[in-house]
Amino acid sequence: MTKADTLPIHTEEDIVRVRQMTRSLAQQSGLNLVDQTKIVTAASELARNTLVYGGGGHVILERLQDAGRAGLRLTFEDQGPGIADIELALRDGYTSGKGLGLGLSGAKRLSNEFHIDSRVGEGTTVSIIKWKS
Amino acid sequence: MSTGFRQTDERSLSDILIRHETEIASAWISEQASLISHRPDLLTETELRQQSRALLSEITSAARMDPSLNLANSAWKATRDLLSEISRSRALAGFSPAETASFVFSLRGALMDRLQTVYEEDARSLAAAMRSCSTFVDQLGLVTTSTVLKTREELIKKQQEEMLELSTPVVRLFDGVLCLPLIGTLDSARTQVVMESLLQKIVETGSTIAIIDITGVPTVDTLVAQHLLKTVSAARLMGAECIVSGIRPQIAQTIVHLGVELHNVATKATLADALALAMQKRGLTIQRVNKQA
Repeated sequence: MTKADTLPIHTEEDIVRVRQMTRSLAQQSGLNLVDQTKIVTAASELARNTLVYGGGGHVILERLQDAGRAGLRLTFEDQGPGIADIELALRDGYTSGKGLGLGLSGAKRLSNEFHIDSRVGEGTTVSIIKWKS
Repeated sequence: MSTGFRQTDERSLSDILIRHETEIASAWISEQASLISHRPDLLTETELRQQSRALLSEITSAARMDPSLNLANSAWKATRDLLSEISRSRALAGFSPAETASFVFSLRGALMDRLQTVYEEDARSLAAAMRSCSTFVDQLGLVTTSTVLKTREELIKKQQEEMLELSTPVVRLFDGVLCLPLIGTLDSARTQVVMESLLQKIVETGSTIAIIDITGVPTVDTLVAQHLLKTVSAARLMGAECIVSGIRPQIAQTIVHLGVELHNVATKATLADALALAMQKRGLTIQRVNKQA
């Protein structure tokens, strides 16, 4: 059984809202403090990518109940320029902007499951799951 | 319905407004006093009367110039301005948006009662006049609502700006040791203010050590880390050394997973540890005074 919420990502303030919502859902899912902090940080990175590189979009937040496992799935979607070389984008220290180049790879390391789907000219979808440990 | 017919109807509403201004005003004032949104604690009876009479008098003088009662027309500018001013003052006085809106919406009741008295048995004209009346009061309501919203937005913006200044105090802990306790979200605008005030204070006080305490920062992502690193580098260029303190266990683990390298920066778990390190770097020790000696 899943319950989904969708939040828009069009301003800096929206990123704050995504973090707050992620934190409250992570608490409700019973994640411990370290895992809460990890998923909130990953959400912050991906929401900023959606805003800065994707030109804005939205996130779908779902609480998961899967065979007795509780977790939280976040799906970030944008209709931006897309990523031509996903492998390069996931490399530590690589950035097409002005950041540290650790956001995408860091978000991957901070979550249990990570999926990225991107088409040049169509947009990018990044989905992460954090399971209750 | 032909245009000519419509115009006649609207002209009648404006005629009624002009001819019965005094009666409508008193009916409106008593209507407002009977509402649950009536707040004598925020607005005195006298002020309520003054505001209502002033607005109604603007309405009738505009109705003389423009009988079509279209608030978008230039004849209604004075009415719109006065209504905005009243709505604004009410919003600031602490009226809720609903209470502020009911100020103009209560005019509908007063107007409709008057229309009923004037038209009596002429149901057809009454229906048409009621319709014009409804449209007219709705237009007034829209002016009120958008003013209330605008006032709130201004208030929020002002509070945000105030918070920006409030939340970035640089304090002097000891001779040559500054502390910047960060609390809340570090977005780009705030970080800019933080960085500038820290660097400014370093110059003013001639400090050589600055402690940046992030105990109150809920999330340290790569952008926050980057801002911290930039601040540390800038301070270093000015001859001051930075210590980042308040790194809680969950933040430490997250920073490691993110892959952010902080090894050029001195970090401590607590502000107390950072202060101890600062004292040590300044060549100072704290000694307990032996009272018996």
